[in-house]
Amino acid sequence: MENISLIGMVSVITAGLTIAIGSLGPALGEGRAVAQALSAIAQQPDESGTITRTLFVGLAMIESTAIYCFVVAMILIFANPFWDYVVAPAGG
Amino acid sequence: MTISPDNIVFWQWGPFALNATIVFTWLVMALLTLVSWLVTRRLSTGTELSRWQNLLEVLVSGIRDQIRQVSHQDPGKYLPFVGTLFLFIAMANLLNIVPGYTAPTGSLSTTTALAICVFVAVPLYGIVSEGPVGYLRHYLKPTWLMLPFNVIGELSRTIALAVRLYGNIMSGTVIVAILLSLTPYFFPVVMQLLGLLTGMIQAYIFAVLAMVYIASATSVRRASDPPDAAKQSSTDQ
Repeated sequence: MENISLIGMVSVITAGLTIAIGSLGPALGEGRAVAQALSAIAQQPDESGTITRTLFVGLAMIESTAIYCFVVAMILIFANPFWDYVVAPAGG
Repeated sequence: MTISPDNIVFWQWGPFALNATIVFTWLVMALLTLVSWLVTRRLSTGTELSRWQNLLEVLVSGIRDQIRQVSHQDPGKYLPFVGTLFLFIAMANLLNIVPGYTAPTGSLSTTTALAICVFVAVPLYGIVSEGPVGYLRHYLKPTWLMLPFNVIGELSRTIALAVRLYGNIMSGTVIVAILLSLTPYFFPVVMQLLGLLTGMIQAYIFAVLAMVYIASATSVRRASDPPDAAKQSSTDQ
């Protein structure tokens, strides 16, 4: 198979797989964290301020793993260095 | 589709390009400075105060409370740095409601610069608080075997700070752009509303994480006494 179509195919498939698999773990983790925080607030409503603050910071930390996958997927689709390398000599 | 405001160039002079990131960063900085200067020109200490002074007082005292709760230390010397980080990122993200504006935090250059500020500020605050030897000893805890991991952790959390903020804002922009081509008029607006919330939370998280990193470099000596006193004074008022 030609190099260009091979690289394009692998990039698109990998981008889809990256965001699909990469969002699984954080989704499960965030669901668990929110459920725990809700039950904690139900048990101790007075501490809801502290719990909410810690929850938001924790959620951001968890979510950043999904964001890394998203950034990698975006790079693969829009700013792929291998694609640029293959396309450049063909164009000029 | 442009995924970074770096690619929108307004003006080019030789190798110097004036792109959207720089222009909107300056805009946010000018706006923050101008409003603060205008408001603090006529401060009143009495019971009559302008609504702008009221706004700034709420902001400053809110940030001070948050810093005190996170670090268990006197917020005075951290307020300029952490407060500026928060206000800049929050304002940069909130101005998204203005048409034609693209958030400078959606560019990796801006977020990397902010993360490097944190990366430099942590040892500075640590050395001022504990002295150079006391600060460097942090890297040998709990044993000297952890030295490489501590150094890598210092670098990786800086990268994580930068990529987290960049990824969140950029993903909002990209999702709105994709939705505009699929289902215009309604869903993009909803996603932009969600983007405002995300931007606010990310600003808060960036500031809190910067404070946590600074506090972890400084708080060893004072961890014992002030938290109870600080907590009581904050609940009593």
